[in-house]
Amino acid sequence: MTGKVDRLDLFRQMYLVRQFEIACGENYSKGLIRGFLHLYTGQEATGVGAISTLGDNDYVVSHYRDHGHALARGVDVNRLMAELFGRATGTSKGKGGSMHIFDVAKGFMGGHAIVAGQLPLAAGLALAQQYNKTDGLTICFFGDGATNQGIYHETMNLAAVWKLPILFFLENNMYGMGTSIERVRAGGIDFYPGMATYEIPAAEVDGMDVLAVREATELAVARIRNGEGPQFIEAKTFRFVGHSLADGQKYRGQEEVKEWERRDPINVYPTRLLEMGIAKSDQIDQIKTEVDEVVAKAVEFAEQSPEPELSEIHNDVLA
Amino acid sequence: MPEITLRDALKRAIKEALESDPSVFMMGEDIGEYGGAYAVTDGLLKKFGPDRIKDTPISEQAFVGAGIGAAVAGLRPIVEFMSISFSLVAFDQIVNMAANLRYMSGGQISVPMVIRAPTGAGVQLGATHSQSFETWLAEVPGMKVVCPSNPYDALGLMRSAIKDNNPVFVAEPALLYGEKGEIPDDDYEIEIGKADVTREGSDITLVSYGYGMRPTNEAADKLTERGVSVEVIDLRSLSPFDIDSIVSSVQKTNRVVLIDNARRNGGVMAEVAADLQQCASEWLDGPVMRVGSVDVPWPYSRSLEQEVLMDADDVLVAVAEGYGL
Ligand SMILES: Cc1ncc(C[n+]2csc(CCOP(=O)(O)OP(=O)(O)O)c2C)c(N)n1
Ligand SMILES: [Mg+2]
Repeated sequence: MTGKVDRLDLFRQMYLVRQFEIACGENYSKGLIRGFLHLYTGQEATGVGAISTLGDNDYVVSHYRDHGHALARGVDVNRLMAELFGRATGTSKGKGGSMHIFDVAKGFMGGHAIVAGQLPLAAGLALAQQYNKTDGLTICFFGDGATNQGIYHETMNLAAVWKLPILFFLENNMYGMGTSIERVRAGGIDFYPGMATYEIPAAEVDGMDVLAVREATELAVARIRNGEGPQFIEAKTFRFVGHSLADGQKYRGQEEVKEWERRDPINVYPTRLLEMGIAKSDQIDQIKTEVDEVVAKAVEFAEQSPEPELSEIHNDVLA
Repeated sequence: MPEITLRDALKRAIKEALESDPSVFMMGEDIGEYGGAYAVTDGLLKKFGPDRIKDTPISEQAFVGAGIGAAVAGLRPIVEFMSISFSLVAFDQIVNMAANLRYMSGGQISVPMVIRAPTGAGVQLGATHSQSFETWLAEVPGMKVVCPSNPYDALGLMRSAIKDNNPVFVAEPALLYGEKGEIPDDDYEIEIGKADVTREGSDITLVSYGYGMRPTNEAADKLTERGVSVEVIDLRSLSPFDIDSIVSSVQKTNRVVLIDNARRNGGVMAEVAADLQQCASEWLDGPVMRVGSVDVPWPYSRSLEQEVLMDADDVLVAVAEGYGL
């Protein structure tokens, strides 16, 4: 594809997401982050690759596993961490938490924790983009589990009928919480063929390969900007960790996890960059050192940030 | 008497029913292989197999609706929501189907079904995961709503709910799953619609249910230390609720504070207050006082969430403001 890409920066972003999530896990164990915490570990290549193709006028919509999407969209790492710590400096002043991240200035429109609830919202954003004749589009991330909600199918049909500028981005990580998709879906583990029902062009991509994801997304984005209506991408990916920090993963064997971990983009991708002569190992090392520092600083920022004022409970209820 | 947790009390009632009645089966998300989001169903798949413990897709509207259909055909499904907040996506089926079918069919149809869900705030799950919609469902005729506050009641109410020939919604306070209590070995049941006077006293009546019983009991302890004789009533059933027990108590104490753990606006206690106003005002020495959580969406931050949640101090303030005690 033609778009210019800083391939090293894609690594920096993926590594940032990975380290951010590791820091989240640590601070969850310390009780500094609470509630439900869903990590994006293993899926970095999908969010980073896809979001790297977007422009400033585009919207990004995510679900509760949203830290990776937020970071890839450029949400400030300090404010994101502060939100998870429930502090006044957080993206939602501590009111949203991990599952409800919003940064409207960045076009990051949530962080939605009712499975599939974000789909019509994304369609509505796209409707406004179409209505206002902007060149913007909306990308909506969701999981395999979300496809079993009625609202998913309703939204697909609506978007197709109205030719909305929306990219439906399925991150098929093979499980919805403790339920493997094979046990709860008629039609096997491939979703993209089914999109023919809605006449939505659909592609499958290796979600562990950030360049492949980027390429597939660029193609879909170009079609949407060309007025061709909704597009659908299914990335096959995997979360290396439990559904949330409360998940003991009794439902799956460690061999399966190990198998996927061999394709870990955080290891595979930089090796590929080295082999291709695009990066030198000291550049990789330097990125790692810098990102480690950024994440450590974010934790420090969050820890030192003030708790919200108690009177804050009454603000933001109505506009 | 042996002590068990509220979680195990619920599980015992479900297990007994699965053992004794082949028409009983369960459906819900991650209730089988995962063992249940709150582990209420842990181990049941192994014991009863996948025909009776059905893991569902994330399709609340469809599997609740299918539960209703199965109940209409004579089975006795127990359907679990992972959280009462997720019941919203299936409210149409619960209200328009489960609750209305009998009436609309002129009594031809019954829907003997249990719908259960963890409810309540307090562990920083934020706005979409901390709600208490038992208060909404309590308004709907054609179904019953119960909410236990301890293992004894959980077992007794769940036994009754499963045997009931109507849709019964069991709202389970998520914060109380680990709460321990003594349970007798017999097969007692608790009649749906009957409140429990958990503490007798003569100066003031405190009424609550579910998780609200914890701050209510704390407040009662503090008042008792001050020499106030407190009567405490656990509503146990929100629909129908037992106004008679509350009126009898108020006739004795002449003072009453109604305590919702959920948001105050539209809480179950609003209905109780209205009834008391109508049929017990001549017995009351002051206003019917209400306590509830603040009427805002649930915030994530711990300090904010605790500020929104009602607590024992709020009860004491209401007692002081209403009755100078
Ligand atoms: C309506 C609703 N039902 C159930 C849940 C609980 N829940 C949260 S995430 C999840 C699994 C979703 O899986 P999937 O869509 O595949 O996304 P993944 O977590 O794998 O990224 C479930 C059941 C919820 N949040 N909302
Ligand atoms: Mg999934």
